[in-house]
Amino acid sequence: MGERKARKSRVRRFTNPLTSDLSPKENEMTITTSARAKVNNGVNVDALLGARTALEQAPEAAQFKWRASCEWVNGTHSRSAIGSFFGLGAEQSRNKTFTVEADHPQVFASEDSAPTPVELVLSGLASCLTAGVAAIAQRRGIQLHSVRASLEADMDIQGILGIDDEVRNGFGAIRVHFDIRADASEDDIKALVAQSQRRSAVFDIVTNPTNVFVTAN
Amino acid sequence: MKFATAIIVGAGQSGLAMSWHLSTRSIDHVVLERGEVANSWLKERWDSLRLLTPNWQSRLPGYAYSGDDPDGFMTMPEVVRFLHQYASLSRAPIVTGARVTRVRQQEAGYEVETNLGAWRCRKLVIATGACNLASIPQLAAGLPARVASLTPLQYRNPGLLPDGGVMIVGASASGIQLAREIRAAGRRVVLCVGEHVRLPRTYRGRDIQWWMDVIGAMDVRYDTMEEDIERARRLPSLQLIGTPERVTVDLNSLGKAGVELVGRVVGLADGKAQFSGSLANLCALADLKMNRLLSSIDDWVNASGLAQQFPAPHRFEPTDVGSQTRIGLDLNDAGIGSVIWATGYRPDYSWLDVPVLDRKGRIRHDGGIVPAPGIYVMGLPFMRRRKSSFIDGADDDAADLAAHLGHNLNRAAA
Ligand SMILES: Cc1cc2nc3c(=O)[nH]c(=O)nc-3n(C[C@H](O)[C@H](O)[C@H](O)COP(=O)(O)OP(=O)(O)OC[C@H]3O[C@@H](n4cnc5c(N)ncnc54)[C@H](O)[C@@H]3O)c2cc1C
Repeated sequence: MGERKARKSRVRRFTNPLTSDLSPKENEMTITTSARAKVNNGVNVDALLGARTALEQAPEAAQFKWRASCEWVNGTHSRSAIGSFFGLGAEQSRNKTFTVEADHPQVFASEDSAPTPVELVLSGLASCLTAGVAAIAQRRGIQLHSVRASLEADMDIQGILGIDDEVRNGFGAIRVHFDIRADASEDDIKALVAQSQRRSAVFDIVTNPTNVFVTAN
Repeated sequence: MKFATAIIVGAGQSGLAMSWHLSTRSIDHVVLERGEVANSWLKERWDSLRLLTPNWQSRLPGYAYSGDDPDGFMTMPEVVRFLHQYASLSRAPIVTGARVTRVRQQEAGYEVETNLGAWRCRKLVIATGACNLASIPQLAAGLPARVASLTPLQYRNPGLLPDGGVMIVGASASGIQLAREIRAAGRRVVLCVGEHVRLPRTYRGRDIQWWMDVIGAMDVRYDTMEEDIERARRLPSLQLIGTPERVTVDLNSLGKAGVELVGRVVGLADGKAQFSGSLANLCALADLKMNRLLSSIDDWVNASGLAQQFPAPHRFEPTDVGSQTRIGLDLNDAGIGSVIWATGYRPDYSWLDVPVLDRKGRIRHDGGIVPAPGIYVMGLPFMRRRKSSFIDGADDDAADLAAHLGHNLNRAAA
């Protein structure tokens, strides 16, 4: 322990405190890939980094299209199918098609056979941030033990019920709390969570506007 | 056609420092300047601006600030005088009023067209500055015609702004400085905050620039970083201001002064602005980064054994943007009369007819060495060192590049 500390203070001189992505380990020049390899969060960071380098040279291949289709079942109950997508310049098929169901709860006079779509949005945000935490922790050489996100979103349903035009349909605010056990300092954990927001697609989708075009028949 | 072995385009600190280093190597050269020495500081800065780097840090090859206020911050007339003095002391061979309009490759060098005729040279040093143009996001096109749109390159003082509130986009050095002064003039100010680098003016009794200098942060080289250098180069400028009172201006102090803080502008249509909901995270990131810098200062102090010379370590209040941040604004209802795009600056290479720009219009270079024979660039963010775009960074970069240039000349001669 004492030795580790001594080494650390020697290394400190080389840190880049103004680093743009807050990755302490990467900035210490003594860190080696072997130290990083000891950490296993099940994320193949080398593949991700490789993809990054490759796509920097070929921005066309970075153009993806994600798809879902949805079939009405009955009442407010529906079933979405998620299968192929487009990316890396080609159609990408999967071995299986995933299904995701949605419904509304009994307080809305529905059958409650599946979560509501807005809860699926919350779970999408949670999963996206959580995956980000794992990937960034791997990249930074931080071993995770557990990651748990709890989400809560405010909604004034006067909006969707058309009672008050000034009330929006969607969330008024979303609060996310992460409970993370990891071999890292509190600030390093906070930095993981902050960086995962910075790189998250769903976080961007919910915090920034997007053009939506809907057609029929 | 006139000839010089090397032509330096631009007589700011970068061009002057390069001229000094070429002179010490007896390399015949000329500096072509479209305006006069220190033109950018003279013509492209607002009235109240002072340097955010202290006087002692205005160091150039063979020259440094020698006044009696080393910890003060120069006004623009003082910076201009400082550089004019340097130009005359170093006897830099400057041709003023010579605007370079085109540079083309020729067999053994370059042809440099200017409004004062053409030059030929073997080596070309681009020292035209990193901040010729304001970078404005595309969505600016959605601004209603009624609202004036300007950049920090055009802004002079609050009195010259159209009536009404002011929406300032960008909260780096320029944005926070303008927000502070325009708010103090009694205007409504809405500040749109994207990624930013929060720093206190002083820490443990010393200026933050002093700390970054002593711990070596400003000298970090571009080729020793494990981190992606391009990301470090895109880092926004530091949230700092130089004032005689040495005030810290951050989002907390601006908020207290009545500046309304909102997230990044992400939409502008039908007279309404939309702001990103990511403000809280960007503030958290900035706080974490600031604390990381303060920790490395503390570590340096502890390791140096000088802890008793400085006040005890401490941390600043986290940025508080509350939980009620607005995500939309009707510019008309809010009485916004102008928008200032403090969204960064970029160089202008429209005169450079040599294929060295990448797909985003940035010049390709390896620490200032451009991939075209004999072309060098100066003064870009983190070009060779973190300090490359600062006055204090011109000397080391010019020394390195002049050595490279001289070596190549000798090789060609041998
Ligand atoms: C608002 C602001 C505040 C800053 N504050 C500080 C600070 O406090 N401390 C600090 O160290 N740095 C500061 N900087 C950063 C940097 O020091 C300045 O941008 C500085 O002006 C850069 O010097 P330079 O010599 O690289 O370029 P410039 O000073 O821009 O000089 C380039 C010269 O090239 C000339 N030129 C351009 N195009 C042509 C052409 N085609 N033909 C002929 N001549 C041409 C221009 O007229 C100009 O004189 C600040 C920058 C800005 C924008």
